[in-house]
Amino acid sequence: MADLLATTAAAAGGIDTGDTAWMLVSTALVLMMTPALGLFYAGLVRSKNTLNTFMMSVGALGVVTVAWVVVGYSIAFDGGGSLVGGLHHAFLRGVGPGVQPGLTIPALLFVVFEASFCIITAALISGAVVERMRFGPFLVFMTVWSLVVYAPLAHQVWGGGWLAQHGVLDWAGGVPVEMASGFSAFAAAIVVGARKDYGRQALLPHNGVYALLGAGLLWFGWFGFNGGSALTSGRGAALSFANTLFAPAATLVAWIVLDLVRARKATAIGAATAIIVGAVAITPAAGYVSPLGALGLGLLAAIPSYAFIVWRPRTRLDESLDVLAAHGLGGVTGILFVGFFAAKSWSGIGDGLIYGDAGRLGWQAIAVVVTCAYAFGATFVILRVLALFTRLRVSSRDEGLGLDVSQHGEEAYTTGEGAILVRLTES
Amino acid sequence: MVAIVRPERANDVLEALYRADVRGLSMSRVQGHGGETDRVETYRGTTVKMELAEKVRFEVAVSDHFVEPTIKAIQDGARTGEVGDGKIFVLDIDKVVRIRTGEEDTEAVTPVV
Repeated sequence: MADLLATTAAAAGGIDTGDTAWMLVSTALVLMMTPALGLFYAGLVRSKNTLNTFMMSVGALGVVTVAWVVVGYSIAFDGGGSLVGGLHHAFLRGVGPGVQPGLTIPALLFVVFEASFCIITAALISGAVVERMRFGPFLVFMTVWSLVVYAPLAHQVWGGGWLAQHGVLDWAGGVPVEMASGFSAFAAAIVVGARKDYGRQALLPHNGVYALLGAGLLWFGWFGFNGGSALTSGRGAALSFANTLFAPAATLVAWIVLDLVRARKATAIGAATAIIVGAVAITPAAGYVSPLGALGLGLLAAIPSYAFIVWRPRTRLDESLDVLAAHGLGGVTGILFVGFFAAKSWSGIGDGLIYGDAGRLGWQAIAVVVTCAYAFGATFVILRVLALFTRLRVSSRDEGLGLDVSQHGEEAYTTGEGAILVRLTES
Repeated sequence: MVAIVRPERANDVLEALYRADVRGLSMSRVQGHGGETDRVETYRGTTVKMELAEKVRFEVAVSDHFVEPTIKAIQDGARTGEVGDGKIFVLDIDKVVRIRTGEEDTEAVTPVV
């Protein structure tokens, strides 16, 4: 039997069944993160916007996947252009069940694994515009954004583009996922504008249980996100998997301490946020730093994000669910941390400043500046152009009524009282 | 008096009442119908008309000279100009007793400083 399996693997041409099995699992784990994100976000909004908020993430599963198959994958992973890839893999031309060049897994599996990253990244931005943006224009935005912002950035750092050529280390998406979504959210909040009641009324999370369960499921999925980014099932997978436990745990501890110091109460919404911030920070670093490094990064990452989340609601910037604080700042912290604390003795890949490679930090910093500026600028332009063709926001009346009813004609918590069946005319 | 208003305006009504120095009130969520167009919702194959709309009911007891300012505050807070803004019912109260002190009528609805 073993001989038979070995023969099959050889016939498939360099495909390793162990690696493939782990990548299949990882891909499914990452795909689950998008509905988990929907649940997390849905808990953080008012009850009348529950379904709409969740649907913004569910929508990404549809439109972004289709865009990825049509041309997104090709832009990200076809060829070695310095800014964008080519179009040879459009409609998945030339991508089959055979081995992906340079890897030991089927090419088609690689496409799906990378698709799952693009999906959740586009969905993340919804946190900036919940409770007021129209559903249709948001779907259009996510589609365009995945092709214009995500795919080029993924190419630049993972697909052989200029950041990769300069040795920038980004394990699982500090550049195209975390910083890109955070700073795009910043721009989106500015273009779409604040909720009408922002700054006048308390806009409170309606279900902390959703937020905690959503964050927990995101953390669970993140083991595939970071662990799978090894693209094999060996030591890189084990290191990044372990660090995905350690860093968010440290952030959670730091967050609880900060909460206790500031208000004498450890909050549940704070704990949910801390899990996300820690997982974000370790994302670019997971396979490059030591386990103790991951603990340190987790503790460190709590500080800028916590400070920003306390300060931001006092401003006019209604970046409603703090994507910039959690993903933008968490991503910056993680990418720069790699520049200091990457440890070749653990990863076998590269060292940071304190282990003797001073050149790395500079390029990590350049990646931060360029990614943040590009994501912010491109998102700003995409939404401004979209606004020329259609209204981005619902009417003030619909905003008051809630987007569940106005955008979807459904309610999350319907009782059925007073609901009269409409009989369809029988033909 | 009793006022039925849109839930999304409830916070505005509270704010307006606060500005008008009206302090004693109760509010509750109710479902009702006052002639606004029905909302249609669809769940899989089931299409329904929502006959009853979510409303918020305010109960406010005030002394006579506070009646007009209270009406104005509720109207300012609750009005959107569309069908479904709600109603204000002004009712006479036979007797009010403050449970803690036994004070009656006007004294009972005068806020303690």
